[in-house]
Amino acid sequence: MTLSQLEIGETGIVKEFTDLEMSVKLMEMGCLPGEEVRISRIAPLGDPIAIHVSGYQLSLRRFEASTIILQ
Amino acid sequence: MKADIRVALVGNPNTGKSTLFNALTGLNQKIGNFPGVTVDKKVGYCQLPDGRNAEIIDLPGTYSLYPKSRDESIVFSVLAEKETELTPDLVVVILDATNLKRNLLLYTQVADLKIPVIVALNMIDLANKAGVIIDTDLLAQKLGVPVVQVSARKLQGIKELKDTISFANKFALQQDSIDINALAPGLISAISKEVKTDNPYFALQLAHQHETLKFLSPAESERIEELEKQHSFHSQKAQAAETIARYNYINDVLYDTVKTPVTAQDESHSNKIDKILTHKIFGFVIFMGILLFMFQSIFAWSQYPQGLIEDAFVWVQGALRGVLPAGPLTSLLIDGVVAGLSGVLVFIPQIAILFAFISILEDTGYMSRVTFMMDKIMRKVGLNGKSVVPLIGGFACAVPSIMSTRTIENWKDRMITIMVTPLVACSARLPVYTLLISLVVPSRNVWWIFNLQGLALTGMYVLSLVSAVIVAWVMKFILKSRERGYFIMELPVYRMPRWNNVAFSMYERAKTFVLEAGKVIIAVSVILWVLSSYGPGDRFKNIDAKYSQPQYAKSMNPDSLTRVISTEKLENSYAGVLGHTIEPVIRPLGFDWKIGIALITSFAAREVFVGTMATIYSVDGDADRIDSVQQKMRNAKRPDGSPVFTLGVAFSLMMFYAFAMQCASTIAVVYRETKDWRWPAVQFAYMTLLAYGAAFLVYHLLK
Repeated sequence: MTLSQLEIGETGIVKEFTDLEMSVKLMEMGCLPGEEVRISRIAPLGDPIAIHVSGYQLSLRRFEASTIILQ
Repeated sequence: MKADIRVALVGNPNTGKSTLFNALTGLNQKIGNFPGVTVDKKVGYCQLPDGRNAEIIDLPGTYSLYPKSRDESIVFSVLAEKETELTPDLVVVILDATNLKRNLLLYTQVADLKIPVIVALNMIDLANKAGVIIDTDLLAQKLGVPVVQVSARKLQGIKELKDTISFANKFALQQDSIDINALAPGLISAISKEVKTDNPYFALQLAHQHETLKFLSPAESERIEELEKQHSFHSQKAQAAETIARYNYINDVLYDTVKTPVTAQDESHSNKIDKILTHKIFGFVIFMGILLFMFQSIFAWSQYPQGLIEDAFVWVQGALRGVLPAGPLTSLLIDGVVAGLSGVLVFIPQIAILFAFISILEDTGYMSRVTFMMDKIMRKVGLNGKSVVPLIGGFACAVPSIMSTRTIENWKDRMITIMVTPLVACSARLPVYTLLISLVVPSRNVWWIFNLQGLALTGMYVLSLVSAVIVAWVMKFILKSRERGYFIMELPVYRMPRWNNVAFSMYERAKTFVLEAGKVIIAVSVILWVLSSYGPGDRFKNIDAKYSQPQYAKSMNPDSLTRVISTEKLENSYAGVLGHTIEPVIRPLGFDWKIGIALITSFAAREVFVGTMATIYSVDGDADRIDSVQQKMRNAKRPDGSPVFTLGVAFSLMMFYAFAMQCASTIAVVYRETKDWRWPAVQFAYMTLLAYGAAFLVYHLLK
């Protein structure tokens, strides 16, 4: 299951990443393994999405979300 | 000013860093560039309680010392380079108390460089409101550095922060955060030996960033590269391991210093606003509404101050003419310099109002929502959600907008944005459009509320956006890039704009505009004055001699005689000769040699058009009274007696101004931002071609 498969309001816990380059950037922004993430909204055209992670709102594209594997 | 201590401000974006900088330094600050790069360097001064004078440097906001954009890359260089005029004695790291965890990542990186550090904990009131309790003393003890609570917006804790700065140690006393040597065993000690440093984190950062650091010599950089190969160093893997280790340390620190409420808090204020502002339908409606309101206000609110500025210049020109003796120098001063100055200063109200809007939209956090909503559309045409900001800014002026593309991390997205931003109808085109539209489009209402002239102007603005999008889409297929684009971006909490920041940005941008564009426009006005006042050989002398013959004085009244003489002189001046030279090229567009002169001078700056038209059609008095220019242009006749400015010619001219790259400042800024002459050259070429093609087409359709 990846982050991009969640619907608005659903939560998950980050397990690992499929893409090293992307993972470095995501982890710097506080999106780390073990962290709880919640989909807070989806952009009007379906992409990008906004997630709630470590106390703030982060936006990322669906493709980027699909590199985050949830527990 | 000589400073006793140099302090660098470092922090994440949206933590109130600029507000704290303003609170510390007041208006005692100046903006320059960091040496060698065009990143804004804000430096200010503040008096410490012990009487010493502190120099405060505001560094660009960043989430980490590993840069994602050009602006961010300056942070590590300034902090790490030894003994330069910028090397700080002390770093103040600003942390957002509502988001301590992510903010502490940058703190631990800076702390590991072993520069003396003070933590300024901002927005503690907001954190408390959300139920987050922070034990500041324990935090200070665990980190080993002073922690000061501040509220930069409410100006609380500023005095305490100044006290702490004045008592700060000369030595770094912070606790070690993570075991750095374990991240790249062997390599770190090898690099440390190579560059003679005793700081392992500095050595590790060199391993990651040596290719882009300016303070390393090529030989040093090469040596580090070799060492990396020997130790099979993988930059991204090492960086990932470092980030995980740092967050483990941060979780340890926060474990007993911060208490967050366990119960799920109510739907936040920000979330409610987001539900409306990023709504499927209302989101776009509101965005369009805001844009419409913005442009309406720019035109409506700037009319009165613009009138005042124009009147002031008319008065100055009149006064100067009365005081100074007539002669070429007076003429140069009044018709060249002062006329040129008024052409620049008249744009100040528009620029100031536009930047007030942009800074309010950015300050409140709305701009990042626009980016969020537009990313998918923008990506389809080869741009990026973040391109929206420069494109909107392009309605004011392409120069600051092209500078603002630095927030776009992806090279290809950034280049395309830079290439198409000058197509957006900037404020310098506005006087050209209004002059030509009022000349050929009747002022009458259609469907009761829409004024035909207003519709034509709106059409020009829409055309500019559409053309920018189409060109971007074409470039998407031409530019090749191996780099991947990404869109990992914080959506900050909505906040009220800080009005003094808005005022400051208006002042700062208007000043930059006057200084940057002003230089060019005044230079062009002076050159144009010289070119149109003197001619090759003794042509001028011959004209004077011809008209001093008695039959002219008899058959014509003195007024029309002067006009005939000046018209004939203009035709024989250097400018006239130039205009005649290019006439064959521009005749297919419906332009004559007089318009040709205006086109040539406009290649320095578009707003010169009105002034040139005024000079060329020998308007008496002030060159920037549009009414009189318009009257002269309406009366202008071709040799066969037909009017020069027909519908076809006017629209053909507008098309030319819509597409042509007629702005020396933009060319210069594109070069500065891309560091390669080919970019502005290609841009100039494609825009001129488009301009010629569009003007040709429109002229032949409307002829």
